[in-house]
Amino acid sequence: MKRFLLMVLWLLFMPAAMLHAAATTGAYDYPFVNAYQATVVGTPTIYRAELPEEVPVEDYSLVVFEDREIPDVFWYSEGLKFSLVRQEKRAPLIFVIGGTGASYNSTKVKDLQRMFYQAGFSVIALSSSVHMNFIVNASTTKVPGHLIHDTEDLYRVMEKAYQKVADRVDVSEFYLTGYSLGGTQAAFLTRLDEERQVFNFKKVLMINPAVNLFNSVGIIDQMLADTVGDAPGAFNSYLGRVIRSFATAFDRSDPLSFNEDFLYQVYKKKIPTDAALESLIGFSFRVSASNMIFTSDVMSGYGLLVPPGTQLTQTTPLIDYLGASLHMSFRDYYDRYFFPFYHARNPLLTPEQLQYQMSLESIAPYLRRTEKLAMMTNNDDLILSPEEVAFLQDVFGPRATIWPTGGHCGNLQQKDVVAFIVSYFKD
Amino acid sequence: MHCNDNSRYWMRIVVVAFAMVVLVASGTPASAQEGAEARKFTDPSDPGYEEPIANYDPWEGFNRRMYKFNYGFDKYVYLPVVRGYQFILPKVVRKGIANFFNNLFEIRSVMNNLLQADPKGAFDATTRIVLNTTIGIAGVWDPAMHMGFNRDDEDFGQTLGVWGAGPGPYLVLPFLGPSSVRDGIGTGVDAAVGTIWTSWVINEVYSRSAAERDRLYWGLTGLYYISKRSEIPFRYYETGSPFEYEYVRYIYLKWRQVSIER
Repeated sequence: MKRFLLMVLWLLFMPAAMLHAAATTGAYDYPFVNAYQATVVGTPTIYRAELPEEVPVEDYSLVVFEDREIPDVFWYSEGLKFSLVRQEKRAPLIFVIGGTGASYNSTKVKDLQRMFYQAGFSVIALSSSVHMNFIVNASTTKVPGHLIHDTEDLYRVMEKAYQKVADRVDVSEFYLTGYSLGGTQAAFLTRLDEERQVFNFKKVLMINPAVNLFNSVGIIDQMLADTVGDAPGAFNSYLGRVIRSFATAFDRSDPLSFNEDFLYQVYKKKIPTDAALESLIGFSFRVSASNMIFTSDVMSGYGLLVPPGTQLTQTTPLIDYLGASLHMSFRDYYDRYFFPFYHARNPLLTPEQLQYQMSLESIAPYLRRTEKLAMMTNNDDLILSPEEVAFLQDVFGPRATIWPTGGHCGNLQQKDVVAFIVSYFKD
Repeated sequence: MHCNDNSRYWMRIVVVAFAMVVLVASGTPASAQEGAEARKFTDPSDPGYEEPIANYDPWEGFNRRMYKFNYGFDKYVYLPVVRGYQFILPKVVRKGIANFFNNLFEIRSVMNNLLQADPKGAFDATTRIVLNTTIGIAGVWDPAMHMGFNRDDEDFGQTLGVWGAGPGPYLVLPFLGPSSVRDGIGTGVDAAVGTIWTSWVINEVYSRSAAERDRLYWGLTGLYYISKRSEIPFRYYETGSPFEYEYVRYIYLKWRQVSIER
């Protein structure tokens, strides 16, 4: 029986091994064959590329819309924040766009920043268009997640960010990359750039993109539903357990570091079960979603959570809104807010049409013919179905690089992956 | 002479105690003002009890203002100084300085372990002090950790908790950040113990004039707070969450609860 199981496993992993051989030369040295472990734990130090520990980061704040009123409750989020790492001499400049809800100074964005700086690029790092700071300052519709509108907003921010630092950098050519949602958006941005011709990106790399946003968030919602559930009090006891395991692992009195990375740190100390990892991924996405939903609702005044006319101030307790928004899945966001909002703007829009627009499938012909666009992902990326991996392979053909393992963005620091990314842009 | 030195310790303790009184006093009137907003979720029969990550925070208005004040202090005073410190000193030196202070104040863990009737904890902490002060050269290195004696901070807030004191209302302290009434008192007691201990150590090892010893004391105190902040990556309002205040509060209180139960 055990032998049989091993046989099945071997067969399961064989296509991955073959794909790997096709995609790369030399051995790909990445330790996790388990996509959950890869996604959560990332790349252990000995498998990482050597990157400079500190790079000269300059932080900036941008006024995107002169007439935008920042609500009192978000007083601290005024000004769109981004960062620049610059080369002293004339150099190419690359824009890096964060994944779902990620900040311009999140760990993954900073890794990419260090990688490109080392390779001789100046780098402008931008937060995800579904990050609170972006929604508050730069979202036109204030209801984020719409590929076409978000792309226009991102493009506007890229223009303004570049204008802001133009006298500090001497740019030879422009490049673009993004991971996760930012990877999907990179394709739409490239298409928009061909129309607007502001940057004329020389090359673009989509990293671990979602093929269809609706499908991907469905997978993520399911991870949390399968493990933590949605009963009253479920999140309370779940978060309590997570903190307990963290506090047990680290005997310090300063717990002041909460973000997705913090949640990941919790489980790094011991090998957890798949269900625990699944719940962690699902929960950290849920935290991002709840941040996005509440921020968007306050900004748009739609009234999904906050009754219209409610005045939220700097000292208003927000716990009830946190409770309500944590209980909303991405699917709830779509059904109860996102679709109705865009449907109100265009009454002929059907849910199916909107779902299709939020996908790479909707621009497949463009992806097929655009030589300067390349795509990198993993065969076991958690946000992709096997059909979607096949779609990417088919559409991008030789411009697709699919690593056998790495989960969702878990291998971004791995030596071979870093070497590939750098050589793609340099050659 | 000795008498004069004693009065200096007491001067320092009075400064610390006064600061604590100001903190607690500044919290009290706010509680009256914000009474209308008070909500209590500690009783399971309350309808709000099952709300995710709610905590007892009757002084929330005051606390949120203090949270904002701390952000401003951090941004315009504390962090610029810390950045200068990080620019001047390489990471390995900063680590040595942090270790030095951890060792200097580990006496508190000894005291609190004894007060918690935990002789094993007190023994481990004492062993760590002896090893790190000698082999670790005044605590700059932490060889005790490699010998299996892990650092285990025990503070007076935990001691109060071990003997059954609940946290009371959540309290954001000026400069120091998240706390509770119980832990705020604990911080005051620990600060006083640290003051007495540091002054005693200085007297034992530094045989200059009282004025010079005083300068050394305040110099060390300043360096301690800079070193401490430089080891904490947290930055106010950078989590990207509109619920940062709620998350920080929940994690702080939960963390303390777990530390005490353990």
